[in-house]
Amino acid sequence: MSGSQSASGYYVPHGSHWPIVGSIALFTLLGGFALALNGYGIGKGSMVIGVIFLLIMLFGWFGTVIRESETGMYNGQVDVSFRWGMVWFIFSEVMFFAAFFGALYYARHFSVPWLGGEGAKAATHQFLWSSFENVWPLKSTPNQTLFTQIKEVIGPWGIPALNTALLLSSGVTITIAHWGLQKNKRGQLNLFLFLTIALGVIFLFCQGYEYIHAYHELGLTLHSGIYGSTFFMLTGFHGLHVTLGAIMLTVILFRCLKGHFKPHHHFGFEGVAWYWHFVDVVWLGLFIFVYIL
Amino acid sequence: MSHSHAAHDEHHDRAPSGLMRWVTTTNHKDIGTLYLSFSLLMFFVGGTMAMVIRAELFQPGLQFVDPQFFNSMTTIHALVMIFGAVMPGFVGLANWMVPMMIGAPDMALPRMNNWSFWLLPFAFILLLSTFFMPGGAPAGGWTMYAPLVMQTGDAFPFLIFAVHILGISSIMGAINIIATVFNMRAPGMTFMKLPLFVWTWIITAFLLIASMPVLAGAVTMLLTDRFFGTSFFSAAGGGDPVMYQHIFWFFGHPEVYIMILPAFGVVSAIVPTFARKPLFGYSSMVYATASIAFLSFIVWAHHMFTVGMPLAGELFFMYTTVLIAVPTGVKIFNWVATMWKGSMTFETPMLFALGFIVMFTIGGFSGLMLGVTPADFQYHDTYFVVAHFHYVLVTGAVYSIMAAVYFWLPKWTGHMYDEKLGKLHFWLSTIFVNVLFFPQHFLGLAGMPRRIPDYNVQFADWNMVSSIGGFMFGLSQLLFVYIVIRCVRGGQKATAQVWEGAHGLEWTLPSPPPYHSFTTPPVVK
Repeated sequence: MSGSQSASGYYVPHGSHWPIVGSIALFTLLGGFALALNGYGIGKGSMVIGVIFLLIMLFGWFGTVIRESETGMYNGQVDVSFRWGMVWFIFSEVMFFAAFFGALYYARHFSVPWLGGEGAKAATHQFLWSSFENVWPLKSTPNQTLFTQIKEVIGPWGIPALNTALLLSSGVTITIAHWGLQKNKRGQLNLFLFLTIALGVIFLFCQGYEYIHAYHELGLTLHSGIYGSTFFMLTGFHGLHVTLGAIMLTVILFRCLKGHFKPHHHFGFEGVAWYWHFVDVVWLGLFIFVYIL
Repeated sequence: MSHSHAAHDEHHDRAPSGLMRWVTTTNHKDIGTLYLSFSLLMFFVGGTMAMVIRAELFQPGLQFVDPQFFNSMTTIHALVMIFGAVMPGFVGLANWMVPMMIGAPDMALPRMNNWSFWLLPFAFILLLSTFFMPGGAPAGGWTMYAPLVMQTGDAFPFLIFAVHILGISSIMGAINIIATVFNMRAPGMTFMKLPLFVWTWIITAFLLIASMPVLAGAVTMLLTDRFFGTSFFSAAGGGDPVMYQHIFWFFGHPEVYIMILPAFGVVSAIVPTFARKPLFGYSSMVYATASIAFLSFIVWAHHMFTVGMPLAGELFFMYTTVLIAVPTGVKIFNWVATMWKGSMTFETPMLFALGFIVMFTIGGFSGLMLGVTPADFQYHDTYFVVAHFHYVLVTGAVYSIMAAVYFWLPKWTGHMYDEKLGKLHFWLSTIFVNVLFFPQHFLGLAGMPRRIPDYNVQFADWNMVSSIGGFMFGLSQLLFVYIVIRCVRGGQKATAQVWEGAHGLEWTLPSPPPYHSFTTPPVVK
């Protein structure tokens, strides 16, 4: 990788083959997924190749950036570019979740009440599913041959409350780790970073346990109507983001153990910390709107 | 002063040659060229589909294609034109011009810039390959309404994933523009000194970041509804097909402004240049752009007035929609006031900009008509709607891209284009685009529905006129390609300033500019 420093010290890289590797990876992965969804056996193989390419790209691209950062090629202005990039990336993620929260809101305040015979849209109720009732959590769907019934939903004060405590404390531990980095107390940094990852992993285990419980005992599945749909899509995408966050934190931990980052120059750490807080806040939204209300 | 530094740096910063230059480039000008070339290619791919549509509609009855394929044509024509031609066109202009306008060496995140572009061809391979699949290409309309879109054959997941990749590309492009403008401005280039093209692009970038993820969410729900048993858009499970429309148009309306705000920026650059007067009401232009962007998030349901919303919803969305006329009117009047008593000349970019102002306003007025709920009950899903959005998108967005290409081509290539041919291109386009789209107002008001391959004989005459306009408009664009290619290959040398009335940092660089724009930031007073 070559590049040039402008007179103001801004590093402009010259030429990179990682983006095209990334494009081929996404193409192979998603094209393969589409084939697999259509029932073509070749799709799965294509997905595996896509994932391998994606991993190569991620290792290569981030590796290059880390190397450049550690050799001091990035000045303060480059750092600010990364910050803007991360902030608006996180905002785009917020909007992605907003679509699913919006779907939950619409189901609860419009579609389910209308199907239950309320308001101006009661005709469907009257002519199609007159025995359907508007209750939330929605355990029995209008058409129970297409979408199954739920025996029980997951209440907020068991595992979900524990999960809330886990994620909130992981927000505290990562802040303590950050203080350690700023004061150059590397032991504190490494220990609390490790604790953060551990809390995240425990969260994921709890979530996995809850999913198994929901599928096997509660009859709460993706197929169980709009409650199951919003429940699993919201918590599922959140869980995916926790997984991604935990992987990112692990990379940061390895970098810390190798002695990367300085008290005043550690955007890699901060960017991941922001992401972790974002995942935390989304969970609070989930806990309130999916579990409690 | 600034170019002497840039020239000094050039000897060790030469562009590498060959195909790999274009695949691996991180240079904003190379990437801008890639975007613009891709946009032009897609303009003809989508245009070819439009020709198929107009050929089928030339006469009543079924002549050339079967109805399913016709529906694929309208669906893919829209997706290709929106995501392949107009959006990449504007991103290409931004890539070329924004760093030069704000005095930056390059975009803030050059590698990501490359990825934003190189995702596009792959997304379109996924999308266009569906023509060869069992069940054919998607035919449920570009809006992908559930439950109709669920009947798509094998193409369905390919459509969804193509949209996902296009979304990723747009979001990365938008993030890059925000980081560049916020962080890379030359000393003294304060926000209220930014050229309006830069302003409109920052606001567009915010719209992209806020709306594209919502589209990703909507199509993800379609995917899980079809393959994983969810019931977001199925009333049988407690969902609602109309919910899809709400989520889609929450993306869709900001998307409309994503395609027009940069056009406002282009026109705001061209009109003052050829009127030889500074832009009238600069700060009101900035605030009007921001107001339009804000309003775009609270008007979405005007696309679905006839779907059966509660009355309060119909009223709310009607009032907010009509409110948009205020900031848009501010812009139109500012452009007119800029020209007032200016010493105007009418080179090709100016002609296209003037064409934009007049014809975009026609599209704006038909938009107002559609925004009035009771009137929309009559116009909904007719050719009137088709006429409306083609006036704002073809004579609006596409005209502004062409104006921008003529305006900046001498800067990019160092050669002047052929002014005579440019003017000929403008007049041919303008005559035939009106022959093409104006009769569609009449057809719509008379009740001809959109997205159908056949129609009642009472609509025959105006359809034939419209089709003739369409073929001639399509042919006229070949002239555009010829003019651009000839200009790239040679021609009269362009000066640094190119146009007598041009002002701004980009015109202080030589034409063509050095490979790296401002290696030493210029100081703006």
